[in-house]
Amino acid sequence: MEELNALFHGFSIALTPFNLGLMFVGIILGVIIGVLPGLGGANGVAILLPLTFTMPPTSAIIMLSCIYWGALFGGAITSILFNIPGEPWSVATTFDGYPMAQQGRAGEALTGAFTSSFVGALVAVLIFTFLAPLIANFALQFGPPEFFSVYLLTFCSFVGTGKGNPFKIIASMMLGFAMAAVGIDIVTGQLRLTFGFTELLSGFNFLVAVIGLFGIGEILLSMEEGLSFSGHGAKINPRIVLETWARLPRYWATSIRSCIIGCWMGIIPGGATPASFMSYGVARQMSREGNKFGTGQLEGVVAPETAAHAAGTSALLPMITLGIPGSPTAAVLLGGLMIWGLQPGPLLFVEQKDFVWGLIASMYLGNIAGLIVVLTMVPFFAAILRVPFSIIAPVIVVICAIGAYTVKNNMLDVWMIVVFGIVGYAFKKLDYPLAPMVLALVLGDAAESSFRQAMLISQGNLTVFWSNWLVGSLTTLALALLFWPLVTALRDRLRAPAPAAR
Amino acid sequence: MENNDESAHRAVRMVTMDVIVAALIFALGALVVYESNRLGSGWDENGPQAGYFPFYISLLICISGAVVFVQGLLKLKSDMKVFVTLGQFRQVLVILLPSAAYVLGVQLVGIYVPSAVFIGLFMKIVGKYSGLRSAAVGLSVSVIAFLLFEVWFKIPLPKGPFEKLIGY
Repeated sequence: MEELNALFHGFSIALTPFNLGLMFVGIILGVIIGVLPGLGGANGVAILLPLTFTMPPTSAIIMLSCIYWGALFGGAITSILFNIPGEPWSVATTFDGYPMAQQGRAGEALTGAFTSSFVGALVAVLIFTFLAPLIANFALQFGPPEFFSVYLLTFCSFVGTGKGNPFKIIASMMLGFAMAAVGIDIVTGQLRLTFGFTELLSGFNFLVAVIGLFGIGEILLSMEEGLSFSGHGAKINPRIVLETWARLPRYWATSIRSCIIGCWMGIIPGGATPASFMSYGVARQMSREGNKFGTGQLEGVVAPETAAHAAGTSALLPMITLGIPGSPTAAVLLGGLMIWGLQPGPLLFVEQKDFVWGLIASMYLGNIAGLIVVLTMVPFFAAILRVPFSIIAPVIVVICAIGAYTVKNNMLDVWMIVVFGIVGYAFKKLDYPLAPMVLALVLGDAAESSFRQAMLISQGNLTVFWSNWLVGSLTTLALALLFWPLVTALRDRLRAPAPAAR
Repeated sequence: MENNDESAHRAVRMVTMDVIVAALIFALGALVVYESNRLGSGWDENGPQAGYFPFYISLLICISGAVVFVQGLLKLKSDMKVFVTLGQFRQVLVILLPSAAYVLGVQLVGIYVPSAVFIGLFMKIVGKYSGLRSAAVGLSVSVIAFLLFEVWFKIPLPKGPFEKLIGY
């Protein structure tokens, strides 16, 4: 059990008072980020990234990943108490969570949500612990064609699992790739797509894009809706917690199904949001009380929360082992790793053992810390949401501006967040997904260089992506996912005339 | 929008915006196609040229932009979903314009003074808070940011004449 030894070594790294303190700070900041409109996991971590540059990398990643867990927990609070999903992955939690709050069962709903989040995360971390070294080991043998086919799979699965117009998904993704190409070409040293502007020499920074697209964009959207929060009070006391815990084991089957959906959707970059919807839908179909879903069923809170948290956690698996993030927040964490000089990917497990196992150990500890923090501090977090939007909005704009400036000490980046904010607002309203764009912006250079290297090996022959069984099956799977919307559209079209003919 | 014509007139329809944005995306893609071609989108003795990858990327941008554009045109008459109403757009401008002015302020005199002014004025004018409260929140955010970044974490933010006065 080499993994267990490594894990205990990791615990010894993560369990220093300094790191434990950072864990709690991270969780609290994360929940606040998750609760506030306009600050989410991705841009929250992006803004706080510069603050961690002075820390050792292991402590920094512990704090940042705890911010991420906190944000995952925080989304549930706003969904249940205010019927406003703080994060997209908690939309499905509102379906049964808010009715429960209306019936005065907010404490029960919150306890159920937090506990099942915790269970989802724990299962995902367990899988992570044992699967990650295997995948990393396997990936050590990858060459450029294999890496490109994994990138291809990542991006095609956005098209395959996305709900919206596939052409909008592709457009958004390719715009991300085009932005990634701006600046100096690493292979030839030529300037690309700068059009004579020296400011564009170093290209677009994805942290700035994330802060603008998600932060400013979200503020514009919230402003348009003229948000006025009216929420339900939350009383959580040990009695409610214990009573709910006694009821939760009844939903073990839902829990297991949701964990599986969550882990699967997290590892392939479907992400937490579709995982939570899918899990809710499956639970409704499978449950004996399925027809009562939407009226305040605890099971309807358990299902999406478990899946969202499992997906959010397992999204870090491909990020650490392959250098391919499964979600925008994981992408931001990946950006952090690169800034600290750590190259994510299979070699990380060989060269940076302390870092990797410290991080994995902190996933266990961080989620325990998270559960304690959210269960004890719910009233405080709910009070933050009652701060009127006319105070929150300008403060968040200021925070975003500071965050954008600290990325590279560049004033142009502060202007860019305004531009990205407008783009984010328009794209969100027109149903262009933002996650593929951010991921393409992050992975663009790596995907391009693996493609070019693969092409060099084969002298421009595309069959290199089918040159052995591994790369061949990855590529084929990717293409199958890419054309999946076409298949379902055809099937629907074939099926549609049938009832009309009757 | 079945209820009245008036609100439909005063709103931008989703499909209109869709067509405009798709056209912009297509134009952007075309620009990248042009630039990649200029850089060389083929092979030379060292392998793929600098424009090789962006060329195919931009082709896909053009194709998807064109498809969304045509899809929009086909629905142009029938689809009445609203992108934004005049009232909503005003609300968006209420935060967007001051934010842009704020960024200009940061460019001119550093970040701390404009932050306090921006938050204070926004609270006073949009939130209708008392002058005292607005000033208190604005100032405290700036002071906290100053302590956090300049004093504790030693991360320099843009500064201007005022910060020089107090020795930073």
